[in-house]
Amino acid sequence: MSVYDTYEAVIGLEVHAQLSTKTKIFCGCSTTFGNAPNSNVCPVCLGMPGVLPVLNKQVVEYAIRLGLATHCAISPTSVFARKNYFYPDLPKGYQISQYEEPICRHGFVDIDLEDGSTKRIGVTRIHMEEDAGKSIHDMDTDTLVDVNRCGTPLLEIVSEPDMRSAKEASQYLHSVWQTVKYLGICDGNMEEGSLRCDANISVRLKGETKLGTKAELKNMNSFRNVERAIEYEIKRQIDLIEEGGTVVQQTLLWNAEKNIAAPMRSKEEAHDYRYFPDPDLVPVVVDNAWIASAQKLIPELPKERRKRFVESFKLPAYDAGVLTQERELAEYFESAAGQLSKKNEENHKTVSNWIMTDVLRVMNDKKIAVADCPITPEHLGAMVNLIADGTISGKIAKEVFDDMLTTKEHPKAIVERKGLLQISDAGAIEKEIDLILAKFPNEMTRYRGGEVKLTGFFVGETMKVMKGKGNPKLINEILKKKLDG
Amino acid sequence: MLSGEETVEGRVESHLSVISARKNLNAFLSVFNDEALMSARDVDRKIKNGSAGPLAGMVIAVKDVLCMTGKITTCGSKMLQNFESIYDATVIRKLKEADAVFIGKTNMDEFAMGSSGENSAYGATKHPIDETRVPGGSSSGSCVAVAAGMSTASLGTDTGGSIRQPAGLCGIVGLKPTYGRVSRYGLVAFASSFDQIGPFTNSVRDAAAILQVIAGKDENDSTSADIPVPDYASKMNRSVNGLKIGLPKEYFSDALNPEIRSVLQAKIDALKKAGAKIVEVSLPNSEYTVSTYYILATAEASSNLARYDGARYGYRSPHSTDLQSMYVRSRSEGFGDEVKRRIMLGTYVLSSGYYDAYYRKAQQVRRLIQNDFVNAFKEVDCLLTPISPTSAFKLGEKMDDPLQMYLNDIYTVSANLAGIPGISIPAGTDKNGLPVGVQLLGKQFDEATILKVGDFLETVN
Repeated sequence: MSVYDTYEAVIGLEVHAQLSTKTKIFCGCSTTFGNAPNSNVCPVCLGMPGVLPVLNKQVVEYAIRLGLATHCAISPTSVFARKNYFYPDLPKGYQISQYEEPICRHGFVDIDLEDGSTKRIGVTRIHMEEDAGKSIHDMDTDTLVDVNRCGTPLLEIVSEPDMRSAKEASQYLHSVWQTVKYLGICDGNMEEGSLRCDANISVRLKGETKLGTKAELKNMNSFRNVERAIEYEIKRQIDLIEEGGTVVQQTLLWNAEKNIAAPMRSKEEAHDYRYFPDPDLVPVVVDNAWIASAQKLIPELPKERRKRFVESFKLPAYDAGVLTQERELAEYFESAAGQLSKKNEENHKTVSNWIMTDVLRVMNDKKIAVADCPITPEHLGAMVNLIADGTISGKIAKEVFDDMLTTKEHPKAIVERKGLLQISDAGAIEKEIDLILAKFPNEMTRYRGGEVKLTGFFVGETMKVMKGKGNPKLINEILKKKLDG
Repeated sequence: MLSGEETVEGRVESHLSVISARKNLNAFLSVFNDEALMSARDVDRKIKNGSAGPLAGMVIAVKDVLCMTGKITTCGSKMLQNFESIYDATVIRKLKEADAVFIGKTNMDEFAMGSSGENSAYGATKHPIDETRVPGGSSSGSCVAVAAGMSTASLGTDTGGSIRQPAGLCGIVGLKPTYGRVSRYGLVAFASSFDQIGPFTNSVRDAAAILQVIAGKDENDSTSADIPVPDYASKMNRSVNGLKIGLPKEYFSDALNPEIRSVLQAKIDALKKAGAKIVEVSLPNSEYTVSTYYILATAEASSNLARYDGARYGYRSPHSTDLQSMYVRSRSEGFGDEVKRRIMLGTYVLSSGYYDAYYRKAQQVRRLIQNDFVNAFKEVDCLLTPISPTSAFKLGEKMDDPLQMYLNDIYTVSANLAGIPGISIPAGTDKNGLPVGVQLLGKQFDEATILKVGDFLETVN
C-alpha cells in the first residue's frame, strides 16, 4: 500500500458563475463580452463620486432558480455587503457582495461516482455579487485596466468540504456547470471565465476527524486543470507532511503551463475585507409567490432527464448520459425523436445512434454548438423515418446525411433530387439477382458446396449493380430462396 | 417669489455683487456669472409668457458635494481639485426643471466632515456677522451664501447636523428632510445611511417650496422612499392650536447653556400661548448618540472614500513609484487631517476582531435610539430642542480638540441616526448679538408638521 493511500483529501469548491443577463447587476450597461475596452460603462459602474447602485431583479431571479435547482433554502430577506480592498480594476474600492445574509443556503448536489453510486455534496451558500474589471499586466511597464466587466453579475456557489478526491471535485464542478447551463443562467465557458473555480484543500490521515490546515488554489480555468491542480496540491501536502513539514495556510495560483501551483505573494493575500452591510441598497425580499414563479421556470434537469430518456425512450443508460450532457443536445434528440411516425416509434435508438456518432462528430469537426448544426433535428428525424419505412437504406442514409450538411435540404427532397429511392419491387430485384447468379457460376457451385458465407458476396454484387438502392431485406430473402432452392 | 418690478436677472446681478463684495467670507468655490445671468434671462422670458416653473425666481447656491454636469465638484478637498462631474444629481435635475437658477458652488468642510467650515482645503468659511467666528459646518458656504444675501436659497447636505447647525449659528432656516425623502443620487457620499440633501432659506415657506420640488422616489436611489409627498404650502396655516410638542428632558438638562435656554423658552411660551400643548418626553439613549454616530458614520465613510485612490480621477501623487505608493501617497497628500482621522477610525471599527465590539454594537444602539423617537412620537406631534451647545465660536477655537468639535453635534446627530426630519428656525440672539436657533424634529416623512410649526415660529418675536 502506497503512503498516499493512508491519507484522505478534504476539498471544498467556490464556483463563480457569470450570469448571462443582458445588463449589469447595478446599472443598465451591457454585459456583452469582447467589446472595445472601457466601452460598456456608465457613471455607476465607473464608481464616479455620488453614484448609487440599483439592483437588477433578473439577477435575483437567476439566484433563486439556481438555489432551487440545488435544493437550497431561499432566504426571505438577504443583504448586500461591501467587501473592501484596493485594486485598480475595482473602481469603488469595494466589491458589492453578500456576506452574513446570502440569498441561498443549505443545499446539495448529487454526483455520480465511478462505481455507479451517488454522493451528496453539500452547498453551504449561494450569493450574488458584482464582478471586478480586468487588469492587463503584460503591456510594457504599465498596467492597463478594462472596466467593461465591472458590475457583471456573478453567483458564488460555496460547497461544503465534502469532496475526497480530485475526481469528485471535478464531478461536482461538472454537475454545477451542467446545472447553470440547463437553467440558462450562465454560458459555462470556462476559458472566457464565465465559470471560475477556486478550491480549498487539506489532507489528513484516514480515520482522523480533525481537519488539516487548508490551502486555497486559484486560477484553474478548465475541468482538466481543476483535476490536475487538485491532484498536484494533494500530493504536495502529503509529501510535505511525510517529510516532517507542516502545511501553512496560503493561496496558491495554478500555472497550467508548468503544471505547478505557486504561492501568491503574501502581501496580496493579507486582506481584512472589513465586510459591512451596503447602506446604498435595501435588503432583497423574496416572497413565496416569487419562489413559486421561479420554480415554474426551472427546466427538467440532467438527472431527471437522463432517467426519463431510459424509461420512456428505452435508451441504454450510456446513450441517455451522452444525450443529456447539454440541454441543447437533449432537446435536439427530443425534437428529432418527435419526428418519428407512429409506426416507427421504436426507432429511438436509431436516432440516438445518429446523434452520438454523426451529429456529434460534425459538431466536433466544425467546433460548433448544437444550435449551429446545419442539420435540424426535424430533418434528422425525417431521415430516420425514411430508413425505418424502407424508403432508403442505412447506407444511402449516410449519403443523404452528408448532403444535408451542405444543402440543409429536407432528406425527402434530397432522395428525390438524387433518385436515391430504395427499390423494393421484388420482380426488379429478382431480375438483377438472376443476372448476378448467371454471371458467377463458380461462386454458386462453391456456395452450394457449403461456403455459405458467400451470401455476403452475392448481396454486395447485387447492391453494386443496383447502385445501393436495392432493399437489403428483400435482396437477402430472394437470394436465399434462389441459392437454397 | 419676485416682488414688484424685480426680475430674476436683476436678482442674480444683486447676488453676484454681494458675492464679490464679500469675497472674504470665502463662501463660494466657483461662481457661474454669465451662465447664471443667461438662465435668469431665460426664466424671465418664461415668467413673461406664463410658462415658468414653481421655483422661478429662486437663485440657488449648491454645496460643492453635489454633482452638476461639466462643473468642478471638489467636495472641499484637494483630492478632487479639478474633478469635473459627468452627470447631474437628481436634485439638480429637478431644480432645473422647476426653473431655479444656479449661481455657484459653495465651500464646505472636506467631504462634509466638520462642524465649523474650517476643514476645507480651500480655506475656512467665515461667519457673516463676525468674521472672526465660524459659520458652522459642514455646509458652511451654502449657509453663509443665504445668510449674507449671496443667493436666495442654497442646497446643503446634513449627515450629522451639517444643515441645521450652521443655519442655527447664522440665523437662517435649514431643513434636513427624512432619510429617503430626497434622492441622494449625485450627492458625493460621506455616510450613506445618514446623508440627506436639504435647503437653506430665509423663510420656512421657501424651504417648503424647494422640498416640494426635490422630494420623491427616484429610480436611481434604492433608498429613496416611495411615499407620497404632500402639498406643504397648504399645510402652513400659522396655527399650532392643539398640537402636542415634546421637550426631550435629556436635551434640556442643567448642562444647557442658560442663554440658549432662555431664547428657547421664549419660543416655548409663544407656542403655549397659541394653544400648543408642551409635554416633557424622554429619549433615554441620548447619551449614546454622538459615539454611535461617529462609529457608524466613519465606518461608512472609510468605505465610501476608498474610490479616491489616484487610479482613475482626482489627485494622484507625482511622487508615486508603484501601485502601493500611489495609493498611500495620493491619499496621504490628497486628504486633509479630519478626513484621514475619520477614515482611520472607520477602518478600525470595521476591522476583524473589532467589528462586533464597535460596528455591530453601534448598529444595535442605533436601533434603540430609533425606538426612543418612535416612542416619543406616540405622545407628541413633534419635538423642540436646542441645535448646538453654543452660538458661533471663534475660528481655530476647537481645531485642536476633535472631541470638543464632535460634541457640537450632540443635539443634531440623533435625527440622522433615527432618519427623521429636522429643521432649524431662527429664535433670537445671545448677548454678543449672535444668532441662536431652535430645532424642530418630526416623525419620519412628516416634514409637514415641523414646517407648519416653524412657519408659525417665524411670526413670533
